[in-house]
Amino acid sequence: MSEKILYSYTALFDTPNQIIKAAKKVKEEGYTKYDVNTPYPIHGMDAAMELKPSLLPYVALVVGLTAAISMIIFLWWQNTIDYPLNIGGKPFFALPAYIPVTFEVTVLSASIATVVAMLFFVFKFPNNVHPLHDTDYMKRVSVDKYGISIQAEDPLFEAEKVKSLFNSLGASSITPIYYSDELVNFKPKILEPKFISFLIILFIVVSGATYITLNKLLFLPPYSWMMVQDKVIAQKTSDFFGGGSGMLTPVKGTVARGFLPYKFDKKPELAAKELVNPLMPVKKNIELGKTKFNIYCSPCHGYHAEGKSRLRGQFPIPPSLHSDKVRNWSDGRIYHVITEGQNVMPSYAHQLSRQERWAIVLYIRALQRSLNAKESDLQ
Amino acid sequence: MTTIDYSQELPVVEGRPTLQEINELIAKPLDTKPDKKYYIALAITLTMLLIGVIGLGLTFYYGVGMWGNNNPVGWGFPIVNFVFWVGIGHAGTLISAILFLFRQKWRNGIARFAEGMTIFAVMTAGLFPLIHVGRPWLAGYLIPYPNQHSLWVDFNSPLVWDVFAVSTYFTVSFIFWYVGLIPDLATLRDRATSKIKKTIYSIFSLGWRHSNRHWQHYEMVYLVLAGFATPLVLSVHTIVSFDFAVSILPGWHSTIFPPYFVAGAVFSGFAMVQNVLIFIRKIFNYEHIITLDTLEKMNKIIILTGSMVGYAYAMEFFTAWYSGVQPEQFTFINRAFGPYAWAYWIMVSCNVLFPQLFWIKKIRRSIPIMFVIAVLVNVGMWFERFVITVTSLSRDFLPSSWAYFKPTLVDGAILLGSFGFFFTWILLFTKSLPVVSIAEIKSVVPGAQPSHEEH
Repeated sequence: MSEKILYSYTALFDTPNQIIKAAKKVKEEGYTKYDVNTPYPIHGMDAAMELKPSLLPYVALVVGLTAAISMIIFLWWQNTIDYPLNIGGKPFFALPAYIPVTFEVTVLSASIATVVAMLFFVFKFPNNVHPLHDTDYMKRVSVDKYGISIQAEDPLFEAEKVKSLFNSLGASSITPIYYSDELVNFKPKILEPKFISFLIILFIVVSGATYITLNKLLFLPPYSWMMVQDKVIAQKTSDFFGGGSGMLTPVKGTVARGFLPYKFDKKPELAAKELVNPLMPVKKNIELGKTKFNIYCSPCHGYHAEGKSRLRGQFPIPPSLHSDKVRNWSDGRIYHVITEGQNVMPSYAHQLSRQERWAIVLYIRALQRSLNAKESDLQ
Repeated sequence: MTTIDYSQELPVVEGRPTLQEINELIAKPLDTKPDKKYYIALAITLTMLLIGVIGLGLTFYYGVGMWGNNNPVGWGFPIVNFVFWVGIGHAGTLISAILFLFRQKWRNGIARFAEGMTIFAVMTAGLFPLIHVGRPWLAGYLIPYPNQHSLWVDFNSPLVWDVFAVSTYFTVSFIFWYVGLIPDLATLRDRATSKIKKTIYSIFSLGWRHSNRHWQHYEMVYLVLAGFATPLVLSVHTIVSFDFAVSILPGWHSTIFPPYFVAGAVFSGFAMVQNVLIFIRKIFNYEHIITLDTLEKMNKIIILTGSMVGYAYAMEFFTAWYSGVQPEQFTFINRAFGPYAWAYWIMVSCNVLFPQLFWIKKIRRSIPIMFVIAVLVNVGMWFERFVITVTSLSRDFLPSSWAYFKPTLVDGAILLGSFGFFFTWILLFTKSLPVVSIAEIKSVVPGAQPSHEEH
């Protein structure tokens, strides 16, 4: 390096009174780009340097108020709109209960914002470098001396004048500070391949570790998620009851309430003869039949039982229920078909209760009557 | 008879040390290699920690059935320990924030250490709610976030307030502590000789150069943080007390709880700070920085808060009688004369009776006696939380469901482990960061501030 670039002239003083006097004098002389460095804050120095009051409290005010208001709005939205929770009939919007959380969030956001604002606007974070660092001057002011530094950038700066000013104030030592070579030749290192590969590796490691922790590690013992419990599961094998099954099987021949076996297995003629519809053709039963018919029967038979399938040929179309054959069947015969199925039609015994099946029979009768009404019906 | 001149403030730092000496003294523990005693102390705390870890391992593997908790007493040691440690954490912020706002200069010598203690105590406390739920890996559900279950936490629940209060308290205390450290880290950076230390200090001192243009904003930020931390510290134990007070259990359902808990927290916190500082000032030769006057002032706060706690005990009995509510009256008679009378009287004697000895100036200024009293205060305060939590639960409204709570070895191991955890952090802290604020002490040394002779 050929010529060093001057940053500032610095002077050290021994007592706080001297530095206050020096700061006042420098200010009076009209210098603007100067700074005082002291090991601890000196009372009255801000006044001596005529510094404007810090604006950082306003950051705290604005961020704190914003956080408080948004938290109240959020809690209102959460408790009344998104996830209303009825607790003993109390109002959903419970302002007193929101105060603790709102207060904590306000304090947290305002404190963090104030400090972050100081780091970025005052300390110029992440810039950590300054010509004063690593100088003897800095090493003295961080211990027990009080220093003042006038920068070469100042429009009034003249090396000789500054030196004589410091001398007249009784400085114990006066030194020039130069930009160090590193600072002059400083290049940002953010785009270096080394740094970028570091970022990529960091990304992979962090996301991989998070994935493994959340998806693998947390499902190893002893982390139980209530999926594995020390209890007998009905469908699993177990020797507890001696039957090899987790559950007790009912005694042979047990019949559940309302589930008497169907007596007319593969005996349609007998069913036709012996079964009688237990339901009366009243509105309630026919409505039930209509609902169930529309759910279970209409996809193939059509809404009016005319055999007009909604399946558009993807399944064999059943014959119309308005044929003479079906019209002349007894209720029991139709019930038998629903119960057992016929040709490609499966059994509906598991989907429809007995009552529902009989209700469907009633509805089919109503449909048949509608296409084959008697004279008396028209009156 | 000697007279005291009250028109003059007592010097905070005795013996007029030079600024250079203060620098060297405070930085000394960081420069020297730890000695044998340090390793012995560390071995003890780590052993305690290990015992706690074993207790936790058993708990997490076999479940919370390893504890003494039984059917009516669903809140056992973990909640007692949680409230105890959060309470310990209250002294730090009180010293650093409230006394700062009151311009109590004697706080400068002890603030950094007390803040560090706050952070470690809150860290210890923060473990216990997680331990208490038995499946700490599910703790993420405590945090409200928009999730695929479309569920929210119940913001009306004191347990959720607790999550907010304790995490905010930890974060703000940590920030406060770190902001206080910045100038000291810069001072350490400028005197560091090894390259590694210098790099570390350079990074964490954030380019600080003791500039007055920075000091100006820095002091303002410190003031703002102190202003926020003051209501925060009062809110935290208030919210912790809501965990109890918002329920309807006799002995818990009481409006006296928030101030009573805060006073108790400051009480136990000061006792703990005083205890540890007695060692610190002796071991690191800080007797002229953390002076006997400072310790005496702390003892005065201990007697004040101790009396407040005693008043609360008396007032609880009065309220129970005056309310005319039978279960409430029974609860308090049961506390004093029931199966947990032993715990109750340990609490009363340690918290109310022994601290009253501090009215005597000789005792207030005698280090061995004040140490013993402060230890007793912490024993008493732990039992206070035990009495509140366990006696109310063990005998609630329905006599047929009463049961006596007996802690198990695992409970004891976890309690011991929490002390190990806390003191391990304290020990590491004393050897890695300045336990006394260098800049703040320098600013209160006699002659450190300008005399404004021109006026």
